[in-house]
Amino acid sequence: MSIKTIREAINETLHSEMRRDSTVVVIGEDVAGGAGADGIDDAAGGVFGVTKGLVGEFGRERVIDTPISEAGFIGMAAGAACTGLRPVVELMFFDFIGVCFDQVYNQMAKFRYMFGGKTDTPIVVRAMVGAGMRAAAQHSNMLHPLVASVPGLKVVMPSNAYDAKGLLLTAIRDNDPVIFLEHKTLYDTSCEVPDEDYLIPFGQAAFTREGSDITIVSMSSMVLRCNEVADKLAAEGIYADVIDLRTVSPIDEGAVLESVEVSGRLVIVDEANERCSMASEISSIVAEKAFHSLRAPIAKVAAPHSPVPFAPSLEDIYVPTVARIEAAVRATLEA
Amino acid sequence: MLQKEQLLNAYRTMRTIRQFEERVTVEFEQGGIPGFVHVYDGQEAVATGACMHLTKDDYVGSTHRGHGHCIAKGCDIKGMMAEIMGRATGLCRGKGGSMHIADIDQGMLGANAIVGGAPPLAIGAALSAKTLGTNNVSLSFTGDGGSNQGTVFESMNLAVVLQLPAIFMYENNGYGEHTGAAYAVGCGDIAGRAEAFGMPALRVDGLDFFAVYAAMQEAVERARSGGGPTAIEASAVRFNGHFIGDPQLYRGEGELERLRRDSDCLKIFTKRVISEKLLKKSQLNAIDREVATLIDSAVEEGFAAPFPAESELLTDVYSNY
Repeated sequence: MSIKTIREAINETLHSEMRRDSTVVVIGEDVAGGAGADGIDDAAGGVFGVTKGLVGEFGRERVIDTPISEAGFIGMAAGAACTGLRPVVELMFFDFIGVCFDQVYNQMAKFRYMFGGKTDTPIVVRAMVGAGMRAAAQHSNMLHPLVASVPGLKVVMPSNAYDAKGLLLTAIRDNDPVIFLEHKTLYDTSCEVPDEDYLIPFGQAAFTREGSDITIVSMSSMVLRCNEVADKLAAEGIYADVIDLRTVSPIDEGAVLESVEVSGRLVIVDEANERCSMASEISSIVAEKAFHSLRAPIAKVAAPHSPVPFAPSLEDIYVPTVARIEAAVRATLEA
Repeated sequence: MLQKEQLLNAYRTMRTIRQFEERVTVEFEQGGIPGFVHVYDGQEAVATGACMHLTKDDYVGSTHRGHGHCIAKGCDIKGMMAEIMGRATGLCRGKGGSMHIADIDQGMLGANAIVGGAPPLAIGAALSAKTLGTNNVSLSFTGDGGSNQGTVFESMNLAVVLQLPAIFMYENNGYGEHTGAAYAVGCGDIAGRAEAFGMPALRVDGLDFFAVYAAMQEAVERARSGGGPTAIEASAVRFNGHFIGDPQLYRGEGELERLRRDSDCLKIFTKRVISEKLLKKSQLNAIDREVATLIDSAVEEGFAAPFPAESELLTDVYSNY
């Protein structure tokens, strides 16, 4: 057991899985870097250094730098996944899903079903999501609702290093396509991470705070802000369940419904644009299945219906703030 | 030099594709086959000449016009017919249909209803072969229409960069859907584009089984010996519309009749093997009868098979739930 950042947890997990299973390969733009150039090998190790060191240990046969051709190499990885490899392919910024969505939505997600169950498609698509780095409209989106709505895909969104390791191990060993979304503002956050392997099952939410006064559902970086609000309320004697979904496909409906049945009050916090978000989805599930437990209207705290702005003054209010979450929670408690 | 047995096999495959597609057309027109169906008859020499070089463990990625590729790769005829009919006994248990027929166990990565869909997947299979050291090769089929897709360009570049055992077969049948290749392929030279990506490219008469076979031999040898990818552009003809039921208003007057009369790859093959005394007419006739029986029973068994049960709706979306 030691303190590790999410970056370290993912990096170490990739190393250990590649050691354990020779069919695991890493594919993407600049996952090593330096190919065809005069400088050092492993010049990048991923734009945020998450795949650093892999090429040194496993070589370029298994750590494959690609041209900037997302449709080509994501599709290639999908084809490799049903013919004997277990690719962990990096899309870099998830906003780039736009140029390769066909490979994800029409190809890898559907192989098992279209082919009558005759193939596994063990592929992990890693990508970075989220605002907060002044990266503006085409490098900052939270597009998890887009993939969470696709049958055949599993979608993982860890909020901490412990979960990142356990969920990535599960993802790599899973026989379906898994979209693994890493929030770029979380890479340096750290917590205790066991050295030994452990698998976190998909569809099993974590309660990061426990209490019966209100239920706050969230995922990825928003969980940290929800925890902050819950801690502040706890100092006042008000206790919240904070549910970190961890995977948004599958969704742990049971955890949400059981909590709401006790608390009767629900706030959902999602960094995605509100329309057709996970916030809308969870709201819909609870409205349908736990309506009579509700003692107040459901509240959603999400990004507005706009692209992610560049100016810091605007980006800071685009992303749900602790103040907005706190206000929504207090309003729901009083409603 | 092709042996007599190989020539008989080639004829059997071409004849099977022809009969299969003609029968699918009839059954579709009579209402026995649901959905969108794109038939391959007219192009039999390409699939057959190409796939004869492949083993069961080599890979093929196909197109929306994929029945011929499946047959040439060795997919089960009865399983294919049942699949096209949407039956539970189909190769994909009725859940794929004409545009998604696949049989991974036969190295068939699927027909693909997205034009330009096969090349990325096929180079992925080539990457598996290279990484795992299996010495298998991977062949993608793309039409002239698909040759304009970005995925195809990206796949060719990737195959060159990673030196993959991949073969890009372009079947130029003159039409992408309802638009002429003369218009849509800007430079008019699909093989030339492939060359520009840095791989050898061969141009062959796709009506000539022997020419396709020879080109493919060179490509497969290069791929298996670690020499990287090859492209082949085969000129071909489409005996039908884009889909069954297409009124084909884009065709010139008498065009179809002319093609069927003068550009029939099966007639060309037959004429050559008979005139060069490679095979006997009686041998070909025997194969024709054998194929007719097979297709009859495939249709009969297909119609007799059940549609998938309602409980199948949600199976095989995921591996574990």
